[in-house]
Amino acid sequence: MITVIDYGLGNVQAFANVYKRLDIPVNVAKSLDDLAETTKIILPGVGSFDRAMQQFNSCGMRKLIEQLVLEEGIPILGVCVGMQMLANSSEEGKLSGLGWVDGNVKRFDGASMLQTQNLPHMGWNNVVTKTEGDLFKGINVENKFYFLHSFHFDCCNKSNIIGVTDYGFNFTSAIKKKNIFGVQFHPEKSHHYGGQLLKNYSEI
Amino acid sequence: MLFPRITPCLLIRNNGLVKTVKFKPFKYIGDPINAVKIFNEKEADELIVLDIDASAKGLEPDFSLIKKLAAECQMPLCYGGGIKTLEHATRIIKLGVEKVAISSAFIENPNLLIEIITEIGSQSGVVILDVKKTILGKYEVYVNNGNTSTGQSPIDLAQKAEKFGAGEVVINSIDNDGVMGGYDLSLASKVRKAVDIPISFLGGAGNLNHMGELIKLCGVVGVASGSFFVFKGSLRAVLINYPSYSDKSKLIKDSLNIS
Repeated sequence: MITVIDYGLGNVQAFANVYKRLDIPVNVAKSLDDLAETTKIILPGVGSFDRAMQQFNSCGMRKLIEQLVLEEGIPILGVCVGMQMLANSSEEGKLSGLGWVDGNVKRFDGASMLQTQNLPHMGWNNVVTKTEGDLFKGINVENKFYFLHSFHFDCCNKSNIIGVTDYGFNFTSAIKKKNIFGVQFHPEKSHHYGGQLLKNYSEI
Repeated sequence: MLFPRITPCLLIRNNGLVKTVKFKPFKYIGDPINAVKIFNEKEADELIVLDIDASAKGLEPDFSLIKKLAAECQMPLCYGGGIKTLEHATRIIKLGVEKVAISSAFIENPNLLIEIITEIGSQSGVVILDVKKTILGKYEVYVNNGNTSTGQSPIDLAQKAEKFGAGEVVINSIDNDGVMGGYDLSLASKVRKAVDIPISFLGGAGNLNHMGELIKLCGVVGVASGSFFVFKGSLRAVLINYPSYSDKSKLIKDSLNIS
């Protein structure tokens, strides 16, 4: 059972709808009991970093999710701010991140861009994947995903990067560390190929 | 690379979908949820939904309708209409909407935008400016469904929105609304040069060439329209439509001059 964590932020229903359309069992977790049958977790996120961390820390599920992911090896997919929460910290806020993937979330810096770009990064863009299979099976570089963010994940360990996207420079748009996955874009709002990615995740 | 966004904009009035011309007569188009379903199938880039009753009548956002729209919508959704408080904005985001748009509320109290983006993030805070040209050819921002001039220029207000942290500005041309004769390119060019945040332009698109003209002028931009996506033919028969994937790709590649 795929479980979408509802800690009060993010488009929980959109994920559930995609999986229902794909005929893949899904539930939404608002409390500990809802995590009983989970085999895979999705951590969504829309909003500011501190707000997301605050809500997640106080939702009552953090400890159990931590145990499921870090000790039992259950896969987790962080989406957008949900991906950023996996980092140690964010320039957007003061609170600590989960620190499950070594890295820090940074503001897009216009000065480091080869070509000036409007910020936030908003719209459909490509993801160049560095590994075969897994999340991006059946998805090629022509396929686009929807992005909506002003901050990006800066990985300390480059081997955790599985996808990059060009927006003035190549920033990290997908990460993987063992059973922990993160994507900066919104697969739940990326039509066909977003659905493919979520299906791939269910089959990992 | 980032692509321009081709964005249908749906207007809601009395729970139904309507379309205006120069903000005035309301033609009934159909059921908003049904329209969202069609745009899902057509894989539209994103969707803007504006409740044009809410602000004008001083009503709160219709949260039950927003909840239904957000649950149905498979593409990113921007919602505007009646948002006057931080609580309104956060509640809408919690319902699963990606972006919330404010207009008169920003003009009356720009600090509200700061409050909102502190909570939901800059990327989700949108400011919509309804713009009309005066007899002297000056552009002014209007509120109250195009009935009341603020006397302020769209350039100044767009820059103010950027300064106060907006993630996007939507420029809506009242003069070109529903006319389907092309975007106001002079207005678009002025605003594009004035700010560095994403912009969408609304008002005037009648065919793909009009959209191409805007992309040629502004590059990666939000190409929004109402009439183009809900009418078919010169008699304006109601037919929800959206360019095919190949037509859209060709339009964008030709306009940006890329292979």
